[in-house]
Amino acid sequence: MIGLLRAALVIARRDFTAVVFSRAFIFFLLGPMLPILLGLAFGGMGSRIASTDMRPVIGVALPVDQAEGMERAYLALARRPGAAPLPKLLRIPALSQPRAVLARPDAGVTVVLSGSLDRPELTGKADDIDRVGSDVALLAALARTGDAFRLTPVTRHEIAASASGEGQGREVVGRAAQLIIFLLTMLLAGMVLSNLVEEKTNKIIEILAAAVPVDAIFLGKLLAMLAMSFVGILFWTSGGFALLLLVAGPGAHLPAPAVGWPAFLILAILYFAMAYTLLGSLFLGIGGQASTVREVQTLSMPVTMGQMLVFFFATFAAEHPGGWAEMGARLFPFSSPFAMIASAAESPALWPHLLALGWQALWVALLIRAGVLMFRRHVLKSGGPRRRLFSRAKG
Amino acid sequence: MTGRSTNPTYAVEGHGLVKTFGDFRAVDGIDIAVPAGAIYGVLGPNGAGKTTTLRMLLGIIDPDEGHRTLLGSDRPLSVAAQVGYLPEERGLYPSMKAAEAIAFMGALRGLPLKIGRDRARAMMEAHGMADAADKKVRELSKGMAQTVQLFGTLVHEPRLIVLDEPFSGLDAINQGKLEALIREQARRGVTILFSTHVIAHAERLCERIAIIAGGRIRFEGTVGEARDRLRPQVRLSTRVSDGSWRRALPADTVAENGAWHFSLPEEGIEPLLRALIDGQAGIESLSIERPGLHDAFVAIAGEAAAQAMAGATSASEEDA
Repeated sequence: MIGLLRAALVIARRDFTAVVFSRAFIFFLLGPMLPILLGLAFGGMGSRIASTDMRPVIGVALPVDQAEGMERAYLALARRPGAAPLPKLLRIPALSQPRAVLARPDAGVTVVLSGSLDRPELTGKADDIDRVGSDVALLAALARTGDAFRLTPVTRHEIAASASGEGQGREVVGRAAQLIIFLLTMLLAGMVLSNLVEEKTNKIIEILAAAVPVDAIFLGKLLAMLAMSFVGILFWTSGGFALLLLVAGPGAHLPAPAVGWPAFLILAILYFAMAYTLLGSLFLGIGGQASTVREVQTLSMPVTMGQMLVFFFATFAAEHPGGWAEMGARLFPFSSPFAMIASAAESPALWPHLLALGWQALWVALLIRAGVLMFRRHVLKSGGPRRRLFSRAKG
Repeated sequence: MTGRSTNPTYAVEGHGLVKTFGDFRAVDGIDIAVPAGAIYGVLGPNGAGKTTTLRMLLGIIDPDEGHRTLLGSDRPLSVAAQVGYLPEERGLYPSMKAAEAIAFMGALRGLPLKIGRDRARAMMEAHGMADAADKKVRELSKGMAQTVQLFGTLVHEPRLIVLDEPFSGLDAINQGKLEALIREQARRGVTILFSTHVIAHAERLCERIAIIAGGRIRFEGTVGEARDRLRPQVRLSTRVSDGSWRRALPADTVAENGAWHFSLPEEGIEPLLRALIDGQAGIESLSIERPGLHDAFVAIAGEAAAQAMAGATSASEEDA
């Protein structure tokens, strides 16, 4: 076992340095930043469009005292729900003819309010009247009460924490962690598919297979890609954290997960490692059968679809706690890391995570072994029908 | 399986090895035993099963039938640290520096990287390649890349070196260097097992050989024993073309270009000589030639195998 690990580390070291100290790795690190930067750019553009005031404008053609009453009512309402849901008011001369006002292109109003507060009349297109009718009725009713209108005082009973509120917050944290782990796994694990192509095209595989067990080659490659992923994640999370501080400020508060932040972060790292190595060992086994980059590219699509299905299953399970789906997602090895990180956000018990990590590690070992047997049989043309999954790594 | 063989005399042993790829039986019951400290050649045309046999012995692939031991272990990879292997299809990571590639190959077989790097530079320096130590493999010539791979095979100072077609693709100068290197390793007590389709290399280097054709061993023994499979050939020319002495010529005698050709009789040349002298044949010349390994190979493996070997040799020379 020590020999296997030693050999795996030799392979891992070679792969890690070959990738990390290459020019292409800079693009790898910067690649995920591009969508974020594009997102921010388009987001800014979108928010500018959204901030353009498109609310309808009501030309208030009422006597001065009534128009002032409408404005006071408007201000009273705008204090709580905010002005955004309300149409804007623009006072115009009380004797204005509504139709004439609306006929002028520079009038700047959508509909005209005339009549009185008791009998308000709206002139405008039917759909514009539909949009503002209720608001005008509310404002008029409020304006009629005049100074008699008062907000009902509320008595405050403060508590330190709200389980109900925290539960919602934890659910959000769990889902966010699920999503982040999924995105990182999808982004990074696919690269493992093409990992053995270099060795096969450069005829190095025979040198490796003659010196170390194929299990060590597979394990080493997985470890190298995992380490490389952690370098990327460290880079991206540093950037993301800086962005968070920039956007939300240093006092940004996230609801604490049930197991606490330190344990949650450790579990998140472990579950990412498990999700990555589970998928990675499967991809390595499949990719090991491919002999060209073209074949690997052909395999990428169904593999990505498979990943999405697993994620949807884990998400579905998180939305239906306590049922068969939750248990199934925790037991099914590929969805288990996602299901368990959601559970870590919502339940404080740690022992299920030890069990889950052990279970997932067992599947990693099984998948590597199966991949090795496939590789030996179909690529090295070795191993007869009697070879068993658990037979020792002979050579 | 005990994991250990009880016979330390042999560095490599294979018994009843069989390997089938689909319907093709590449190796068909091979028995082989390489004495410790020997230079042992596996001789045969392309497709004879040499590479598959070596791969099975090294544990790269498992035999369908039979068993093998390498340096006493029936799990060849457990003794990988004491074995150096140069495959027929050379392979190195193109983006690796030459010295690093050598150290990496040593590290695969348990040599600490730092020692490997130091040894790699020393080896390259000793062979006039110091300038190439920090060059990437893709920047090296084909010959240099092959030499780098050979150094990677030796860097961890193995007890057993297995070379699959080591001379293929090398020019005459580099072939000579490689032969010298093989002899130097053998002097240090290292066992050398190599496959080749070039009879001259086996004849010059090997103490023992195995001739493989059609997935079977047709001969196993010393080069001398192989050559002894054929009777020495006698060439006789006489001044007189006929006489009573002709009755003393062996039954397989043929006349060719004014000379008599026949195999050396079992009882030796003396009775014939006596008859020639008594019959006043007038001996002009008499030569007794021991057959070469090529003749022995033709006799053992067949003319078709010999022609396949000759074809592969000329292709290999063109490559170099």
